[in-house]
Amino acid sequence: MSADLLLAMRQSIIDGAPDMATALAQQAIVDGIAPLEAINHGYVLGMHDVGEQFAHGRMFLPDMMASAEAMRAGMAVLDPELKRCGEVRPMAGTVVLGTTKGDIHEIGKTLVGTMLTAHGFCVHDLGVDISSEKFVDKARELNADIIGVSALLTTTMRNQKGVVETLEKSGLRSQVKVIVGGAPVTRRWADEIGADGYAKDAMSAVELARALMEQKIQGRAVEPA
Amino acid sequence: MRPKLELLDRALIERILGEAFQLIEDPGVRVAPYVFDLLQSAGVTIENGIAHIPEPLARSLLDLAPRGFCLYDRRGAPAVRYAGDDVHFDPGSSCLNILDAETQQARPAVSADLVRMVQVTEMLPQFAAQSTAMVCSDVPQEIGDWYRLLLVLWYSEKPVITGAFSADSLHTLLELLTIESGGRDALRRQPRAVFDVCPSPPLNWSEFASHNLVDLARAGVPAEIVSMPLAGATAPVTLAGSITQHAAECISGIVIHQLAGPGAPIVWGGAPAIFDMRSGKTPMGAIETAMLDIGCAEVGKHLGLPTHSYLVAGDGKQIDAQVGQESGISAVLGALAGINMISGAGMLDFLACHSIEKLIIDAEAIASAQRMVEGIEPQTQSLAVAMFAQTGLRGDFLKLKETRALFRKEQHFPSHVVDRGQSNACPGILERARQRVSELLSGYDRNPMPSEQEQEISAFAERESKKSGLEGSPGIFHSEYAREPGLI
Repeated sequence: MSADLLLAMRQSIIDGAPDMATALAQQAIVDGIAPLEAINHGYVLGMHDVGEQFAHGRMFLPDMMASAEAMRAGMAVLDPELKRCGEVRPMAGTVVLGTTKGDIHEIGKTLVGTMLTAHGFCVHDLGVDISSEKFVDKARELNADIIGVSALLTTTMRNQKGVVETLEKSGLRSQVKVIVGGAPVTRRWADEIGADGYAKDAMSAVELARALMEQKIQGRAVEPA
Repeated sequence: MRPKLELLDRALIERILGEAFQLIEDPGVRVAPYVFDLLQSAGVTIENGIAHIPEPLARSLLDLAPRGFCLYDRRGAPAVRYAGDDVHFDPGSSCLNILDAETQQARPAVSADLVRMVQVTEMLPQFAAQSTAMVCSDVPQEIGDWYRLLLVLWYSEKPVITGAFSADSLHTLLELLTIESGGRDALRRQPRAVFDVCPSPPLNWSEFASHNLVDLARAGVPAEIVSMPLAGATAPVTLAGSITQHAAECISGIVIHQLAGPGAPIVWGGAPAIFDMRSGKTPMGAIETAMLDIGCAEVGKHLGLPTHSYLVAGDGKQIDAQVGQESGISAVLGALAGINMISGAGMLDFLACHSIEKLIIDAEAIASAQRMVEGIEPQTQSLAVAMFAQTGLRGDFLKLKETRALFRKEQHFPSHVVDRGQSNACPGILERARQRVSELLSGYDRNPMPSEQEQEISAFAERESKKSGLEGSPGIFHSEYAREPGLI
């Protein structure tokens, strides 16, 4: 019975069905399934399936957004239960995300946030038009592993450099990795401003974030995605 | 008969406009405080930064916008007519990177690249206008926008499609154009440039864009709205829905603009694109992007307004068959749609990179498109019978006087960039394009401005550079730009 429920949870993510994900999470609590088991053997497996199908071109960004929404819906039910049980869901890392000062474009950044969340990162999305100081303050507050800075305009991508500089001044540079992205941004630009990585799209951002976390944990060099 | 491409029927255009007028009233349009008073004094309700624009007001202001205007070249001759079905092309704008001529790898663009592109564009009749094509990485950011316009004005006599990086810098750019035109009245009477102004989708006129609209209207210098809905991301996924959003953004922009300067010239323009649901990219070479561009322009043409679009760009990273077909197809489609100004030539990699060699190749596609819109005309009283009467069934039409008299009119002759079997042609188009760049650059001869004007522009450059904390202006006559001695 529990196996059927876990399968249904997995499927609710693939289907991008938040109402179903909510109902199944409630059912899991009623059935006494441990919340971590429900998450890891239900929803997370669904996200893995979605990621794989996306990578193979069988699912598309709107499908991915719907799956992430379903994941959020399920987690909204299970998170309080986790806390009640005194359990903590292991996260892949903590990311502070935002679009740089002077830039109000958010689609790319939001996609990256969705994909990172879907792959187990704890993402704090600051929104758009964010000053370097806000990025750094939030990273300090959350003890973040990564700051992700998006810019869509040629005129605002230069503010990505300001985030790196502000982080250096704050003394946090050695603890927090900086990744950059956005239409005009290139790997060369990332290197030039001293960022730790550049991601050309949301999937690459996940690979990059994972590699940087591995680097952080193991202290070894990494080739950015 | 001039061939014409239309994608929307009249009923659909009316529906698009009907919903666009609905959108600008409810949910309304986000506007900056800079235009609150202007809009409110015309009866627009503003709540929490959202303007709710009534349709009758919008319609009356649309009626005030001019149905056409000209951009003038340096000599004061009308060179670009934004009206009717006139079609012009210019290179794409504001690119950060360039495909290096030798390595064919992308690298940050520098001033010398911009100057070379301006010189090549100057030599190509396919381009009626220049653009401030690149952001030059070798000059400080603070002076980046006026400096690139200065280089274009210095090395070209053609009109310019440009834009400001900020609300403040617009005034510096206008000052430069005023010097070049010989006064504010002259600039207003015979504008040399049009300024791109971009709303942020969906339905948002930011502080910067609002400032630009108002200040350009008051200066009487043409503004070009470049609305950029991304179908499925920042706009409805349907092409018709995105065209409707584009119309709402343009109409609301025209409302602000015409309230600030009734009768000031403005262009119904855009750079819409689809949002690729696999990659999250915005493919400029997608056929649906071209369809969006054409559909958006068609709505503007229905209103009788001057039009602009972003086409002739490809998405591949190298000059190859993909980029060639994407750019060539959209050049032809845009020309057939009768769009007044088509920007984008030379660009690839989702507008992230420029290439002078690609610009050369695109010029050939544009020439073909220009030939296409000339259409098929009878040319002779008898279409074929009279010529057969001379040759009978021998078929030696090559000897006929009609052949000699008309072949130049009937056939477009591409440059040697296009392989038509010339005996000495290089095997690859990239090499032929490189050769052509080299030929055009060696044939380029800068026509100087009157010396007083050049001095005034140099003084302007020096003054503005110092205002930005620099010791002096970067060179205009840089030795690597042209065969001229240093001036500054």
